Amino acid sequence: MRASDLLHPRPEGLYCPPGDFFIDPVRPVNRALVTHGHSDHARSGHRSVLATQQTLDIMGLRYGEDFAGTTQAARLGETIDLDGVSVSFHPAGHVLGSAQISVEHQGTRIVASGDYKRQKDATCAPFEPIRCDVFITEATFGLPVFRHPPDTEEIARLLKSAAQFPERSHLVGAYALGKAQRVMRLLRDAGYDKPLYIHGALAKLSEYYQSQGIDLGQLEPATVESGGRDDFASAIVVGPPSAFADRWARRFPDPISCFASGWMRIRQRAKQGGVELPLIISDHADWDELTATIKQTGAEEIWVTHGREEALVRWCELEGIAARPLHLVGYEDEGD
Amino acid sequence: MNRFAELLDRLVLTPSRNGKLTLLTDYFRTVEDPDRGLALAAITGDLHIAAVKPAMLRTLVTERMDPVLFGYSYDYVGDLAETVSLVWPQTPGNIPNREPTLSEVVAKLQAASRSDGPKVLAGLLDSAGISARFAIIKLVTGGLRIGVSARLAKQALAGFGKVDVTEIEELWHGLSPPYTALFAWLEGKAEKPRSTAMALFRPVMLSNPVGDGDLEKLDPADYAAEWKWDGIRVQAVAEGGVRRLYSRTGDDVSGAFPDLADAMHFSATLDGELLVGDPREATGTFSDLQQRLNRKTVTAKMQQQYPAFMRCYDVLQIGDEDLRALPFRERRGRLEIFVKTLDPSRFDLSPFVEFSDWHALEELRRVALHPIIEGVMLKRWDSAYVAGRPKGPWFKWKRDPHTVDAVLMYAQRGHGKRSSFYSDYTFGVWSGPEGEEELVPVGKAYFGFTDEELRQIDKYVRDNTVERFGPVRSVRADRDNGLVLEVAFEGLNRSTRHKSGVAMRFPRVSRLRWDKPANEADRIETLQALLDR
Repeated sequence: MRASDLLHPRPEGLYCPPGDFFIDPVRPVNRALVTHGHSDHARSGHRSVLATQQTLDIMGLRYGEDFAGTTQAARLGETIDLDGVSVSFHPAGHVLGSAQISVEHQGTRIVASGDYKRQKDATCAPFEPIRCDVFITEATFGLPVFRHPPDTEEIARLLKSAAQFPERSHLVGAYALGKAQRVMRLLRDAGYDKPLYIHGALAKLSEYYQSQGIDLGQLEPATVESGGRDDFASAIVVGPPSAFADRWARRFPDPISCFASGWMRIRQRAKQGGVELPLIISDHADWDELTATIKQTGAEEIWVTHGREEALVRWCELEGIAARPLHLVGYEDEGD
Repeated sequence: MNRFAELLDRLVLTPSRNGKLTLLTDYFRTVEDPDRGLALAAITGDLHIAAVKPAMLRTLVTERMDPVLFGYSYDYVGDLAETVSLVWPQTPGNIPNREPTLSEVVAKLQAASRSDGPKVLAGLLDSAGISARFAIIKLVTGGLRIGVSARLAKQALAGFGKVDVTEIEELWHGLSPPYTALFAWLEGKAEKPRSTAMALFRPVMLSNPVGDGDLEKLDPADYAAEWKWDGIRVQAVAEGGVRRLYSRTGDDVSGAFPDLADAMHFSATLDGELLVGDPREATGTFSDLQQRLNRKTVTAKMQQQYPAFMRCYDVLQIGDEDLRALPFRERRGRLEIFVKTLDPSRFDLSPFVEFSDWHALEELRRVALHPIIEGVMLKRWDSAYVAGRPKGPWFKWKRDPHTVDAVLMYAQRGHGKRSSFYSDYTFGVWSGPEGEEELVPVGKAYFGFTDEELRQIDKYVRDNTVERFGPVRSVRADRDNGLVLEVAFEGLNRSTRHKSGVAMRFPRVSRLRWDKPANEADRIETLQALLDR
């Protein structure tokens, strides 16, 4: 069977006609398979959702328990039959619960990677390359300029700055699901054992990560009740990036704004955002990881989605691998 | 190299002066010789490396990667040095055990000939990581653009060695990279370096503004008064055939004023104001002087149209005789005789302003409308010439600032303590025919208001945002809506860079005019009239 008969884009998302399901649909549908909990991939209002238990839990935390008609938990590596189509979930290394979805029918296997990365991350299971005929890759950082340094180096720079400017607080902007917990965990792994102060938007998800056995150490709400202005001197505060431009940030003494994101690789991005200490920490694959992964899957054909498709398609051409952009709509990079 | 690269990265994104000083002093403390001295030279612009043309860099990189992929990358990043540093392919197996140090990089680059330059550069880029590659490219293409002046670097050295910055300024022109003797002294490991170089800078004496009630405590008979000229402070030093013009912070500006430097046929150190025009006929405005500032080369036409001269007001040294300890009255006497021996088209004497009491002087100060005068200077007759800004011997008494009522147009978020406040304001005045008035931006101000006023403006900005561009918000401003700011400024220059054609000097918000309707703010003609005066 032709690969495009097994999966193809529709306005709602990627659709599988023989299995009658969508992967990461952006509009409410009958049957949805969800790769991970970021809001552009996991939306509420589907009649039924199949995802990993952790992704289902995260959707419940974000949208309320009635986010879908029915839910089914997919165990990693286990094959599920959907109207004759074999479906299995495999770790994607993006955020807690994130999975690639393998779709196989009549001898053709397509792997939809969702979002993924290859750097080691103590807050989620590592990516597993799956042999397939067609690999659907993201391309958020699909340009040769994006090369993420080791995350430990970035955290070391944050800790060095905290020691250099003990009278100031460091405000680390990090998205609420995944990045924030990874940054906190990296700080712990680097030996930082003081309390971390968090914005309210991070509380539920961080608590959930802790309940899943990911130790983030002592977390305190960054509220005025928990301390006067001066108590935040030398503190490391983690919150969603949008909060730092807000009046909320006024409670901190002379803060240094930091932002943990793959976009921080580009100086002008940091400058425009008024970021003083850019931390290049990403939950997406960088250029080298994207190209290495494509080779590992052994896929004869690559479909490229959300991001800078043209450069990755060009690279595939140079490597003699068939490739085309998928032009899916509705995905922003909430996760980075 | 990595530590230097990291320093550059941090400096460029750190807006606060104190933050930059901390980063620099920490670097000097933790990095050894000669790397720290070479970094210092790179920052102050004293490190000379044969230039590599951007075109060469492009050729080098497209020999190593697909030009189409490079094109996509460059389009996205927009900066050649940064793009090349990011996409430069790292050949596996070719990665050395350690990255090169700054001194190794500088030595290789300085030893490279024109023909093997590209090969040497490529070899260095192969041996370095991303940040270090960026720093290497910045070194060879010149111009770090990290927002650190030579003056700030010297301040950091002063902080590092706990000495006064004037001591560093005095030594500076006798030193050369990698400044090993300087660092040894600052660390208390050696004596202060002595210089045998000629025509060194002497730290200048600065004045304090006249504050409320200051004059009541002073006897007018103890002070001489002079006009405060609106030029730039210079020190002219000629010694043993070496002639130099220094700015007030000790930067050598001789290159920009060859006409004046060539006329320094003397052996002395003079203090005065650099102006343009012919002192025997007419003195040019600051706007005219600006034509001569910040230029690498000066054309003959420029020198003829805006000739530079020096209006002298003090003398620090004549021949071998140091006059700085003498009282001002005596130095002035020596100066008057000395200036008579100089080329009258290039040097003249700053005249005294005669006055009997403070009230009479205030009258003179107020009516001195000539745009080249910005107030009066008061100098104690018995004062020695002391480096720095001692309180008492010298005062500046500036003319009241100009003010204009302008409308707030854009607001940008601040940094540090102000990072959650919209604290940098672009304001405009009305222009165009009646019925079709529009606002043209005329300046930007980020101080002059109290913390409480800042809170009020911030709220106004958030409540009246029309559009956002990154950290900037465009604020509702039309004939019927808008916040009027009274802006004080010291003067106006013509500007071809600004749509309005004017650029303000030292603008600040002096009052918030919540009471004033936007359509009653000033028009551009009000400012243009100031220019033409």
